[in-house]
Amino acid sequence: MNGVHDMGGMHGFGPVEPERDEPVFHHRWEARTFAMRQACGALGRWNIDMSRHANERIPPEQYLPASYYERWLAGLEMLLLEQGLLTSTELASGKRAGPAPAGLAPFPPEKVEPAVRKGRNYRVDLDVPAGFAVGAGVVTRNINPIGATRLPGYARGKRGTVIRDHGVFIFPDANAAGEGEKPQHLYSVRFTARELWGPGATAKDCVYLDLWEDYLERA
Amino acid sequence: MTDDHHDHDEGSHFSDVELRVRALESLLVDKGLVNPETLDKLVDTFETKLGPRNGARVVARAWIDPAYRQRLRDDASAAIAELGYGGMQGEHMVVVENTPQVHNMVVCTLCSCYPWPLLGLPPVWYKSNAYRSKVTIDPRGVLQDFSVALSDDVEVRVWDSTSEVRYLVLPERPAGTQDMTEDELAALVTRDSMIGTAKL
Repeated sequence: MNGVHDMGGMHGFGPVEPERDEPVFHHRWEARTFAMRQACGALGRWNIDMSRHANERIPPEQYLPASYYERWLAGLEMLLLEQGLLTSTELASGKRAGPAPAGLAPFPPEKVEPAVRKGRNYRVDLDVPAGFAVGAGVVTRNINPIGATRLPGYARGKRGTVIRDHGVFIFPDANAAGEGEKPQHLYSVRFTARELWGPGATAKDCVYLDLWEDYLERA
Repeated sequence: MTDDHHDHDEGSHFSDVELRVRALESLLVDKGLVNPETLDKLVDTFETKLGPRNGARVVARAWIDPAYRQRLRDDASAAIAELGYGGMQGEHMVVVENTPQVHNMVVCTLCSCYPWPLLGLPPVWYKSNAYRSKVTIDPRGVLQDFSVALSDDVEVRVWDSTSEVRYLVLPERPAGTQDMTEDELAALVTRDSMIGTAKL
């Protein structure tokens, strides 16, 4: 979706301001929010692409001023409501009004470390033909889906060069919509800064994006 | 980690968001959806087990061992796993090397994807609207924000990591470190140098 989360190339947000000796979490609620998001995700009611898309659907006037973990909190509440794990009455009152859907068990503490260490595999072991070879010239499609996409707005309709084939990966646009994994090749594509930003950009600078087969056409 | 302490209402020393999060946690526990010990374990893992010291070990090894550096180029995830690192949000790794001619920077413009097993959770600035918006269009301006001087002759490569592939910058080994041990070298490596907003 063409949301405010798609920030690459926007102006006006001011300088980047690093913080000295920054803690991992600044407040206890940030840590609890992060952990709740992980623990609820482990219930298996949504996938990572649905989870990211929830944050993208936070209304823009709420998204922009929110901190990172405020976005995580708003996105988590959205997912819990949409999946029927909580009701809006429960969320407003903080009081349980009925049982959770059957068959859900909380993620156990002893499985945290193994799960973090193992991670997930987003590569798919399927023999899907590659439409593009390393070195191929490509042009990104000018798509504007209402749902999730990982093709940023600034890189649509742009010419680039495939520099690496990462293999076959889950396609997030489909996965976020609950339409299955639609596995396809993921490529690293190089764009010159001038292709993306015009003649004012520095001639030798480049931006690299990981782009799925469905985002690309032959140049 | 500190709590919010801006007072409002009668006697409450918790902010609205702190109260909202506490209420949500107790509700999820009441509903049998979340085990609070799981949350404790998650917080502890991300506060104490993961962080840029892990990435620094990879960098130091690459500096002293050309064969390891080559394995990082060929299959970064496997080479990183040799040192015992990997997992959530670092499943599919690529390492990009700085040279006198090339400077790499990493961002995720769409959310804030970041290689957790090697760098821990990202700093606030990495997740900020300012960084996400600026670094693809004005990477040299971002470097100025970090007081990093870069010659016009150097090519800047920005990696917008919006897929499940995660990137680690391999900074240049500083001059005058030929006699250092691997541990001493690892201690030189900063988090920002592995994102690309600092040089060593």
